[in-house]
This record gives sequence, C-alpha cells and structure tokens, in this order.
Amino acid sequence: MTLKSPLDRVRGALRGQRAREKDLRNLVSNLPYEGLGKAKQPNRYFPDNAIKTTKYTLLLFIPMNLFEQFHRPANIYFVGLAILNFVPVVNAFQPEVALIPVCVILALAALKDAWEDFRRYQSDRKLNNTPCFVYSRKDERFTESRWKDVQVGDFVKVVCNEVVPADLLLLHTSDPNGVCHIDTSNLDGETNLKQRRAMSGLCISDPEFEPESFNNSVVVCEKPDNNLNHFKCYVEKPDEAKVGAGIESLLLRGCKMRNTDHAVGFVVYAGHETKSMLNNNGPRYKRSKLERKLNIDVIFCVILLLCMCLVGALGHFSWLQALPSVPPYLVPDSNGHLDSPSLSGFYMFFTMIILLQILIPISLYISIELVKIGQIYFITNDIDLHDDETGRLVQCKALNITEDLGQIEYIFSDKTGTLTENKMVFRRCSIMGTEYPHKENAIRLAVLAEPESGEEVIFNQRPQPPQTGWSLDAEGTDPDVTPRHRLKSKVKGNAQSDVAFSSPLETEVIPDRKLLQQTSRAGSSRGSRKTDPYLDFFLGLAICNTVVVSMATAQRQRVSGFPHSGQENNSQDTLTESVSLRHIFTSWRRKSKRNRTILEDSVVEEDHFNPPVTKEEAGDTNGLQMCSLHAPSDKTSDNLSYEAESPDEAALVYAAKAYGFTLLDRTPDSVTVRLPSGEDLVFEVLDTLNFDSNRKRMSVLVRHPITKENVLYSKGADYAIMELLEHLSGKQKNMAAGTQHHLNCYAKDGLRTLCFTKKIVSDKAYESWSVNRQRALAAIDNREELVMDTAVQLETGLSLLGATGIEDRLQESVPDTIVALREAGIQVWMLTGDKPETAVNIGYACRLLEEEDLVINMSCKNKLECTSILDCTLEEVRRYSEDPRNVGTTQDISLVIDGRSLTMALSSDLQDRFVDLAKRCRSVLCCRVTPSQKSRVVKVVREKLKVLTLAVGDGANDVNMIQAADIGIGLSGQDGMQAVMASDFAISRFKHLKKLLLVHGHWCYTRLANMIIYFFYKNVAYVNLLFWYQFFCGFSGTAMIDYWLMIFFNLFFTSVPPIMFGIMDKDVSAEMLLGVPELYRTGQGAGEYTFSTFWVSMLDAFYQSLVCFFIPYLAYQDSDIDVFTFGTPLNTISLFTILLHLSIEIKGWTVVHCVIMLGSVALYFIVTLAYSAICVTCNPPSNPYWILQSQMADPMFYLICIITTVVALMPRYMFHVLKNSIAPSPLVQARHLDRLDPFTRDEWMKEWRSFRSTGRVKRSRLSTPPSPTLETPTDIYPQSVTPADVMEDEFPLNVMTKNYQRPVNTRETDSLAT
Amino acid sequence: MMASSYNAKEEDGHHPGASNNGGAGVVKSKKPDNTAFKQQRLPAWQPILTAGTVLPAFFVIGLIFIPIGIGLYVTSNNIKEYEIDYTGADVNNACYNCAKNFSWNSTTPCLCSVPFTLEQPFESNVFMYYGLSNFYQNHRRYVKSRDDSQLNGDQSALKSPSKECEPYRTSEGQPIAPCGAIANSLFNDTLELYHIDSNGTRNAIPLVKKGIAWWTDKHVKFRNPGGNDNLTVAFQGTSKPVNWRKPVFEMDPSDPENNGFINEDFIVWMRTAALPTFRKLYRIIQKKSSTTPTLPSGKYVLEITYNYPVRSFDGRKRMILSTISWMGGKNPFLGIAYITVGSICFFLGVVLLIIHHKYDTRNSSADIPS
Repeated sequence: MTLKSPLDRVRGALRGQRAREKDLRNLVSNLPYEGLGKAKQPNRYFPDNAIKTTKYTLLLFIPMNLFEQFHRPANIYFVGLAILNFVPVVNAFQPEVALIPVCVILALAALKDAWEDFRRYQSDRKLNNTPCFVYSRKDERFTESRWKDVQVGDFVKVVCNEVVPADLLLLHTSDPNGVCHIDTSNLDGETNLKQRRAMSGLCISDPEFEPESFNNSVVVCEKPDNNLNHFKCYVEKPDEAKVGAGIESLLLRGCKMRNTDHAVGFVVYAGHETKSMLNNNGPRYKRSKLERKLNIDVIFCVILLLCMCLVGALGHFSWLQALPSVPPYLVPDSNGHLDSPSLSGFYMFFTMIILLQILIPISLYISIELVKIGQIYFITNDIDLHDDETGRLVQCKALNITEDLGQIEYIFSDKTGTLTENKMVFRRCSIMGTEYPHKENAIRLAVLAEPESGEEVIFNQRPQPPQTGWSLDAEGTDPDVTPRHRLKSKVKGNAQSDVAFSSPLETEVIPDRKLLQQTSRAGSSRGSRKTDPYLDFFLGLAICNTVVVSMATAQRQRVSGFPHSGQENNSQDTLTESVSLRHIFTSWRRKSKRNRTILEDSVVEEDHFNPPVTKEEAGDTNGLQMCSLHAPSDKTSDNLSYEAESPDEAALVYAAKAYGFTLLDRTPDSVTVRLPSGEDLVFEVLDTLNFDSNRKRMSVLVRHPITKENVLYSKGADYAIMELLEHLSGKQKNMAAGTQHHLNCYAKDGLRTLCFTKKIVSDKAYESWSVNRQRALAAIDNREELVMDTAVQLETGLSLLGATGIEDRLQESVPDTIVALREAGIQVWMLTGDKPETAVNIGYACRLLEEEDLVINMSCKNKLECTSILDCTLEEVRRYSEDPRNVGTTQDISLVIDGRSLTMALSSDLQDRFVDLAKRCRSVLCCRVTPSQKSRVVKVVREKLKVLTLAVGDGANDVNMIQAADIGIGLSGQDGMQAVMASDFAISRFKHLKKLLLVHGHWCYTRLANMIIYFFYKNVAYVNLLFWYQFFCGFSGTAMIDYWLMIFFNLFFTSVPPIMFGIMDKDVSAEMLLGVPELYRTGQGAGEYTFSTFWVSMLDAFYQSLVCFFIPYLAYQDSDIDVFTFGTPLNTISLFTILLHLSIEIKGWTVVHCVIMLGSVALYFIVTLAYSAICVTCNPPSNPYWILQSQMADPMFYLICIITTVVALMPRYMFHVLKNSIAPSPLVQARHLDRLDPFTRDEWMKEWRSFRSTGRVKRSRLSTPPSPTLETPTDIYPQSVTPADVMEDEFPLNVMTKNYQRPVNTRETDSLAT
Repeated sequence: MMASSYNAKEEDGHHPGASNNGGAGVVKSKKPDNTAFKQQRLPAWQPILTAGTVLPAFFVIGLIFIPIGIGLYVTSNNIKEYEIDYTGADVNNACYNCAKNFSWNSTTPCLCSVPFTLEQPFESNVFMYYGLSNFYQNHRRYVKSRDDSQLNGDQSALKSPSKECEPYRTSEGQPIAPCGAIANSLFNDTLELYHIDSNGTRNAIPLVKKGIAWWTDKHVKFRNPGGNDNLTVAFQGTSKPVNWRKPVFEMDPSDPENNGFINEDFIVWMRTAALPTFRKLYRIIQKKSSTTPTLPSGKYVLEITYNYPVRSFDGRKRMILSTISWMGGKNPFLGIAYITVGSICFFLGVVLLIIHHKYDTRNSSADIPS
C-alpha cells in the first residue's frame, strides 16, 4: 500500500465532481465490493446518507456567524463606526467602550443562531442514527444498520410503517403484484396513500428477493433534482436489455411504508441528494410593508444625522475661527501642533457621527425581531384559532410579516375547501337525461345537519365535551341513544377525515328509490347489460377514478404488529431556524400519531356499528327499509375504506356503492367491482389518463371482462366534456340538452357537477393509439405535453351517460366571517375553478353577494366585446357615483367574470380598466380560472392598486396565488398540504381568518407601528441632548453623560419597555375588534405608521430634548456644576421622559407592564448608584464617582427632574387629551366602550348593529335604479335559464339582481352580534 | 382621577385535556393553555386620556407647582450675591495694566486691587467664588487630558502617565505630575479680601480654604502617591506642569495636609465645569457669631495677584461673593419656571373644563358610529 499522492487526491476529487455533475449516473450494486476499501467502492463519489443541516461548525462558528450577520447593512454601519472610533483624531469615546453595544447586539444574535443550530445538530444526529435494514453479503441477509451508513448502491429493506431512509428504486415488495403503498405526508402533507410499483421485468417474483442477482446490472439515473413527482431511470441488465422506470418505482426518503409488509429497494440517491432534502428550503423571507416604510425612515434618520454632523463640523470650524489666539483649553497634539480650523472641522464631522450614531437605532432591528417572536407566540397560542376537530393550531411560517395582517385590503379566496368544507356529499344525478333528485338523501342530510350544527356550536364552545370524547371506554357505558350515536360518528368522521374520506355523511348515501328500481331492473335482465346506460353510469362512477381501496382491518393488524418507529418525520425537518417550523413538525408528528390512534378507533367503531348503514336507518328514517335490502350486507365490503386524491372521487365511489356497485380492489392492472347481483367483475385496466387542469377531465380505459370490449370511461367538467361528445343524433341531442339543463340547475344549487361519458374503443384503434402512447411515455423531452396530447386524441366522440351533482357544504361561520371582513373594509374576491352559476350561488350563500347587489356578469368571447363591456360598465359606474343625487348612496356592485374573459381583461391594455372597475365593485367572483390566472389576478391587483393582498386557499391549485400575494394563507384541509407548505400562515378553518386578521392583525400592526415610532422618538430625543450640548462645548464632541451609562441607557434601561409594548399592548379588546370590524380600517392604507406620525414624533422628540436640555441648563447656568454632574440629571430626566412618554402611549396596563416599567427605573438607579459607588478611576476621563449620590442628596435635582418631565410631556399629553375629547378616533371610542361592563357593551353593540343594518336598508331604498343607459347593452338574466341560452351565451353583460335562488342549506346566521 | 376599569374576563375554568387524558386524549395535548396571559386576557387598567379624566390632574399640578415656585423664587431672592469683574479688559478697570501685559511666561506676578462696597450685610457663611467666562473646560480633548490613576496616587501612573495627557505628559524627559492640560491650566490667581472699616483700616477677612472640594474627591478620588508624608520624596523624578510656578507638593506651604494631589484648589479645578461660563468655589468665609453678620455692609478691597491670562480666549474673570441656601446659589429661573408651568397647567385645566363640558358629555353616552 502506498500513500496517495496529492495529485491523485486532486484527480480523485475532480473525478468525483465530474461523476456528480454528469447528467446521467451509472450506479452499480455495492455488494461485490463489500468489505473493500473506500477507494475501491464504485459509488464512492456520491454522498452517503448522513445529513448535516447545521449551518455552522463548532470551530468556525464565530467567523461564519459574523459573516452571516454582516449581510445586514445596519450591522456594517455600527461596526464601521466602532472601527472609526479607533482613529485617534476623530474618536469620541474610548474605542473599546464604543464596541460594546455592537458586540452585545452581535452576541445576542449569534447566541440565537447558535441555539437554533444546536437544535438542528441534535435532530440530525437523531435522524442519522435511526436504524434500518441493509443487505449484507457476508451475512446473506438484511442486517440492522444506521441511516448514516447507508450508501448509494446498497439494498435497503423497509418494513411496514417504517420511514424510507433514502431514495430507493423499488425492486421487490411483499405484495404478489409488486405493489406497495407509501404515505408522503411528511414530504408534501398529502395523507392519501400512493401506490408504488416494483420495477417490472427485473424482479424475479420469488417470495424472497435475492440482491445478489442484481450484481451485474447497472442503474442509470438522472442527476438529482427536487421535483417530487418526477424521476427517470433505466436499468441495464447483464444481457444489455434496458428496463425503464419512473417516479412510480421510487420510494422517497421520508415517506412511510403502508399496507405492505416489506419492500426492498436499491439506493439511488442518498443523504443531501435525496429529493426530500433537495426540497427542503429554509423559511422564506418576506419583507413587510411596515418594514419597507421603516427603512425609508431609517434613511431619513441618516440624513438627519448627517445634517446634525454638518452643523457640528461647521460650528466647530467657526468656533475655532472666532478664537483670537490659542487658549489654554485647546489641547494640541503630542507634537504641540494644532490643526487648522478647517481640518478640525472636517475631523469633527466624523467625531459627531460617532457621537450621535445612536440616532440610527442600533437595537431597533433586533427589537423588532424579538417583538415579532413574541407576537407569533401569542398568535399560535390563541385558543380560538385552535381547531378542536383536527387539533390543529395556527402556524406562522413567515416570521416577519405579522403586522401585514393588520393592513390587508384585498382577500383572494379559493372556494373549494376554503369557503366550503371540501367534504363531498353525493346529492343528485342525471342519467340519460332523467333526473334523480335523491330526495331521501336530501332529507337525511337536512336532518343530520340540524342537530349536528347545534352540537357543533357546543363543541366549539367547550373544548372537551364529555360525551363526545375520543375515549373508547365511554362508548361502552353509553346507553346508546340514536342521536348521540350519530353525533359521535360524525365527530369521529371529522376527526379521521384527513386519513380517509369516510365520514358517515359522505359514505352513507341513501339511494333514490326510482333509480334503484331502474338499476335493479337493468341488473336482473342479463341480456341488456351490454348496452344498459344505468350500469355503465355506475360502472363509470366506480371505475373512473384513482381511488385506492384499503381494508380497515388489514391496516389495523399491521399497525399493531410493528412497533412505531418514532422519529420518522424528521427527514424533512432539519429543525429549521424558525419557531414556526417547529410547529409544523410537532403538528406532523402529532398527526402521524393520531392516524394510528384513529385507525384503531375506527376499527373498534366498526365493530360497534356493524353495519352502520342499517343502524342509521333504523333510528332515523323509516320509509327506507327496502334500501337496506339492496345495501351490500357482507362484511368485507363494509370494511373497505377508500382513499382518494380528491374527495369528489370518494364521494362518487360511495354513491356507486350505495347502488350496489362496490369497488372492491384496485391494482395497477385491474379493477374489481362487485355488482348488485353479487357478482365480482374484474376489469383489466389498459390505461389511466390522469386528471390535469388543462383538460379538466380524466379517463380510464378498461377491458370489459364479459364483452371484451375496450371501454373508455371519462368524467370531467361539463364544458370539458360537452365539446367532445360524438356527433349527436336527435334523441341524443335532447338528452345532452336535458343533461345540460340539469347541470345548470345543479350549479345553481351550488353543487359541483361532473359529466360521465363512455366510449367504446375498437381493438384496432386501441392498438394504434397504444403505440403512440408508449412512445409518448418513453419520450425524454416534453413528455408531459406528449402524454397529454395522446389523452386528448383518445377522448373524442364520447357518448354521454349522465351527470352527477356533489354538494360541498359551506364551512361553518363563513358568511359571518365574510361579512365581518367586508365591514372591516376588506374586499373579498373569490377565485374558483367552478362554473359561474355554482360560484354565484356559493357567493350568495356565503354573503359575498347580497340580495340587493347589482351583479355584473362578464363573459365575453373576444377582446373587442370585452373592451366594450369594460368601457360601458365603467362609464356607467362612474356616472352613477358622480351623480350628486347618489352621494353617499353607492350601489353595491359585484362582478362575476369567467376565466376566458379574465384572460382578456388582464391583458396589458385592458388591465387598467379592469382594475378600475374591480376597485369599485364590492366583490368580484372569478370563475373557471386556472391556477396561473389566480396568481395573475393577485399580482395585477397588488401592483396596480398598491394594496396589501392576502390569498387564502387549501389546494395545490392555490399555491401560485398564495405565493403571489403579500400574505399567503394555507388552509390545512382535505386537499393535502401543498398550500400550507407554500403559505406564510396556516389555519385550519376559514372562520379563523376573522380573528387572525381583525384581532391579531390589528394588534400586531398597532403594536409594532407604535413601537417603531417610539423607537425612533426615543433615540432622537436622547441623542439630541448630546447635540444641544455641542453648542456649549465649542462643538467639540463632548458627551456630558458617562459613556457606560449612555450605552446602558439604550441597551438595558430603556430597551425592555418598548419590546414589552410591542408584544403586549392591547388598545382594544378582542371582543370589541370582532364585534366592530370597522376598527380594522385604521390599519389599512397608510395606517398609523405614516409619514406624518413619524415626523410628528420626530418633532416631539426635538421639543422634548430641547426641554430636557435647556431647563437643567438654565437652572445650572453660571454655577459650579461640572460636566458629569450636569449630565446626571439630564440622563435621569431623559429616562423619566422616555418612559413616561411610553406610559402615555400604553393603552392597557397589566401587571407585566407595571413590573417592567418600575423595573427599568429601579434598574437605572441601582446600576447607576452601584457604578458611581464603585468606579473611582475605572473609566477615565469621565468619573462618575459619587456623582449620583451627591445629586440625590440635593433637592434641586428632584425639582429639576419634576418640572422638566412635566414640561416635556405636556404637549403630547395635551395632544392626546384634546384629540380624544374633541375628535375621538373610532379606536378611542371603542376603548370607551371596552370599559363598560360586558353586558352593557354587548347590548350596545347589538343596538349599534341594528342601527347599521337599518341604515343600509335605507341607503339601498334611497338609491335610484340604474339609469336606462345601463340596460341597453345588457339584458336581464332570465329567471329560468334554458340550456340553449347558456350554450349560446348571447348577451355578454348580464345585470342580475337577485335572480338566483338561494341554496337550500346555507347556514344563515343573522345574529352577528352574538 | 383617571377612570379605570378592570376588564377582567371570567376565567372559563376548563383546562383542556384535563378531563380526558387517557387513550386518545394524547391527540389534543398540543392545545394551547387557556391562561389569561397566553390568551392576552390579563386584567388591565385602561386609562383613556380625555378632558374629563385628566383635568383634575392639571389643577393638582397647578396647585402644587405654584407654591413651590413661589418658595423657590423667594429663597433665591433672599440669597445675596456680589460680583466683581476684574478681567481688566477695559481701561477703567483696576487690573487693566496687568491684563494687558500679562502672559503665561511672565515671571513676576502682577498685583491689582479692586475696591467695592457691599450695600447689604451678608449673613451666615459666605462663599467666595472665582468665575471664568468663555473658558471651555468642557472641550472634549481638554476633558480627556488627565490621568485619574495618577491623581489617585498610583505609583506606576505617576512615573508613566496616560497617553491622554499628551502633550502635557512629559517635560524634559520627566513625567509631569499632575499631567494633562487641565492641570496645566490651573487657575492661579490669588484673591484676598479686606474689609475697610469706618476708620479706614484694612482688616483681612479670614478665608477658609478647607472644605471647598467634595469630601469624596479629597478622600477617595485624589490621593498622594505613598501617603501624605514626605511628598518631596514621593514626587521625586517628576516634573511640574509647564505653566506652573511651583511643583504640586508645594502648593500650600501653610498646610501640609493640603499639598500634592489633595490640594483643594487643585481638586476644585480638576472637576471640569460643564459650561463655558462657570464659577468655582475659592474660599469660604465662615460665620463668626450669630450676632454680627459675616460680611457687614461697607467698603471692601479685593487684592488680586493677577497670574491667569484670559485674553487669549476673550475670557472674563470674576470674583463672586454669595450666601447659599438649600437650593444652592442665586438662580431665580427655577422659581419662575415653576410658577409659569403651574399657571399654565391651571389655565389648561380651565380650558379642559370647558372642553369637557362641550364634548365629553357626548362621549359618555355611547354613540360611536357616525
């Protein structure tokens, strides 16, 4: 063995670099090389599986952290000044002393970083030492190893419920079909199981997998990237055959194995190259509006500072000039030489900068950071933002934009899952042009909804209602009363809803009697099966989806069989720097734990309520006995639980199940459906054309087991399907028109509609298409487009089967919340992918639209039309609002616009007009919009109107919008967690938005704004004392306050009160803010932190510093007072003035306030007294020895302190008094009310509300109807829309006034005051 | 006074998770505590500044301030003060000649005497100050130019004074004691006061030079190196400041306890004045008995040994005789300020009363919305 020469080493490193950077990697098994040295390992260039997410190392912490911190201009400024102070000609203080504040600030920040980094280190270590099974050639079995020892090229076995340690190419699973399921909730938060397939054509389907057989194969894969849904590789077998594989064969690090005993994979990416690690970015940095303003004011401060320094420099120069000769107090340098006046003046400029540097508040930035941490602490601890059902808290992921919550002017909301529950309930369907209204189902839902909604209120009020606990033992002792029974299952259903869509509301569909007869008739007559559309319709319902079937019992066994391997979810984590991210983790961890318990629960529950359907009926509805006869009665089908990517699919599968078409099993190649007759049909799945937002439909191509036909079942949005129907004959045309009519009715009822079609593909057509399809799938470049094209090719000439209407109920308190937000001066826009009719209906239901609103419906075909509509409407609206008769009686206008028109309206030339119109509208509903349009709308409004925007959504389609808005809020709902991942704040219910904005937003904003203003004031007021003194010391840069005390003053004596003020001050109580949303308006637009408030406080600071300087000056004039004895009362006076100034600003005094204020004063006196007692010669030239003591023995000191403080604070005090007395702001009035006892206050608020609502009625009565000109280009939307009308859509601009029916089950809560 | 209300909300009393901790209760363990602090419901006092609530405060301030002001004003007026400018800037002044010819380098002292008459007798202890104008003792470099360790009796600092003392750190190769510009520019005029009685005889008035410096300065801050005995040895190897005529250990030949760094005149000078026009205590004229005034009215002569040049900075030199009260020297400002502020407060109180009657009644009835 020879030692490696350096050259070799460099060469090795280069080779490694090349190997890592190559577009394609060749990986081979490690097994033949087991036990050999590192240099012999073929995969040695690729990183191993140990991860290190720490930013710093122990040795390099200080330099690296400093480097990091110096990215902040403020830090550079202060360090620069400290260094400048080391230059003897300009220094103002002793150089070492000047370093202290900077060092303290830097040290504090470094301490915080170090602590965070240490936590990351700990979590890394834990993760790296997690056990896993790696194949060892020596032992010829999988041996236990650690995650960090896993190498690229190893074979890893993952057992059920364990976390995948690295990105594995799946080679073998215990499942005979080579399938395994993974739960990616740790990565993207999606809780539905995803199927992964072992690489086909590789694995010898032995019961046991032999890794040795893989020895001569080469895995060729791409360079790692962060796309979780994309992976391409192929395996070159010894016989040079290539087998390709994609993402469906990749197990991602951090996923959890589910439903599968074990699986074996080949490590392709390890450690930092895994997709989950590449996806792992730190928290985003957003800059808040306030912070942007603040930075401008900092620049003003810099200018002010420079002016003051210039005054100092010029003053020094002229002072020197005026001297007749050299006085004894002018000290020459060591050579006895004196600088010329101009040179001294020049030097003095820098000395002044050093002296007055704290005009730029050094501790401002760190204080703001601390305040925001405190604010976030309070937000996340708010019990009202805690969702009892899911146990989720509000999460703050962006740490520095809390105050933006108080300034929102536009909210863009998604509909599905945000305003609505996203818990889909099958409501109605239309088959072959016949409508089946499912009345019984509707009745059941209505019955169910009523007591349940009542219970829900109780549930929310009492976090732990005893009878609805999740405790298992409670059930046994309960003397099962039916309503309670139902309630319990409802609660359970909600709780487990993030596991599977199996709440009773969704699973239990009571079949329509007529339709049931139809189907049973069709089923009984065997001959007609081939053509019967009813059968096809339900088969379509059951087959055309991607629902995964899992057995509840099977799951349970596995769960209990394997010990839970604890720390699985850390893979994502790196315990990121922020507080909030820790919350995410805990919530993940909690969730995963909960899944377990709930699974156990649900099993137990099933045992109790078996079968649930019949029991429900027995207690509830009695005319439906016959249904239960047809309901599947065997146990296996009851134990099925469906896991769907979207809740619609699950709802449809459950609907099909209700009619006896039970989806029993789904493998990649086959679907098993049990027919009502009890017969199991196994369909071979030829292909699945997945859903995408461009096509708005999905299809499944299966081979019918009996007829052997290739059948394509498609479902999709009506407009995406209707265009593709085969050439219609008369009867079919009628049917299509009828269906369309039904669809429109459904939409008007606020239901989500889907069309189902079928197409029989001939073998020949399939063959040729299949070739194309394979080619597209194998393509490397723009594969997605090609695949989509092939899908479009096949989806033509469809024949319509029917349509379904699925209800998505509004979340609780949504109308309430929207009304409150609107009263708060926030414009709420709804952006949805749904049809305009559905959207308008939901709009009415959630009070986005009001009955008396003027609704402008914009849907135009071409740009010309679009332009003219915009112009007309705008002109009309403008004329209306300018009309003197209509002053103060603005008509509420709402705009409904569809995606196509939106695209035109947002084009660069129409943008301005559209925004102008939208600005005048009370609400805007955008329908049929794509995710990218959503974000475009947000961006346009944000940029054109210069307002703060907030986007709230729950699904992956809202991610763009969430990221485009100033504040993105993710709703952790049914649709996975992508929205939450992309958001700045995550809440669990839409109604939480109300408190988050109206209360926390308002508080955070006023607190921070006031604190920042106060901070500027504080520093200017203090520094100006020094400045005024310059006029009496020949502008020589003398400070009359001991340097240490000066530093302590800012660092300790007066730093905590403003921070406390920023975290805890409460101007108006939460009840008041919620009760009177108008109060929110104070923060909008410029808010409290404006140019004028800043300068007013600056002027006040100047005034106060003048008073604080000149009263003592006049009192001590021509006396024997010395420099530092003079400074002591000044320092004390400033302390009192500054603290009492804050007390004027503090709105609510709690114990904490008092303790901190008194503590600050006490600290000042204790520290100063101790310092003056101890320091005899410690701090030359200033010598504080016994000065404060002698001052405190002098009555003059107190007299001066008292009068100065009174005079200094008098104007501000008077200002507040006069303002509050003569022209009280709404906030002050609210504070007045706040002090009333709660009962009177509520009474008053109620009274006021009624006053306001009558006011509104009056207003709308007063308003004149729209002038005739408005009606010329428009038309009144007809009461009943015929299908033809909608299809042709002749009238581009529809002015509708309360034309739409109100949906049946909107939860009207009028008593907003309660 | 200020209206206060405790809007303490009743605690709901339920603590989540307490009742249901077994089994599935773990799920909810993360629910935030319902404590008043975490829910931001701490009982708070919420003062609102309105005319009605604060106007008593204004009257009270007015009522307190005006008597204080009157007291201060009267006290200040009772203080007797007499001031003589002996700069010699104009020709009529007795010291004109001295001022004209004198500089730091003069070796022979110039003497001049200023006669003056006290119209009123000065009771109790009379303090004699010298006052300088336009002397920027607070110049940054000047203030720094000293070595506190040296003055504290530190041996090593005595031999090698701090760099801050430059250029008055060493002289002819020897360290200067006391070093620095402050010490170097020590005020060295000598003032003597004679009373001319009715017979025309000059009686020297005894001037006490003890007790003019702070006790802590004399006993703690300033110390001679190696104790107070044999200062000549202790200061061996050091040089006197360049402007001084005699070394530091010969400052007061009459009192060995008043020599070296603990010389009280020196200590007083070393306490640098805050403002360019200042006075420093020079001597104390002790009260003799309760029956006769300390300085009876009549004619006096101030004998000045004119050593200190002030023409280089347009300065003035004064001698001030002053009695002293609990509030220090004569200064009517504070009294006037208190009276003024008190009156303003009173006036504002009246204004607020009017405002209160005009507006506040409206506020109390809750009719906020407009």
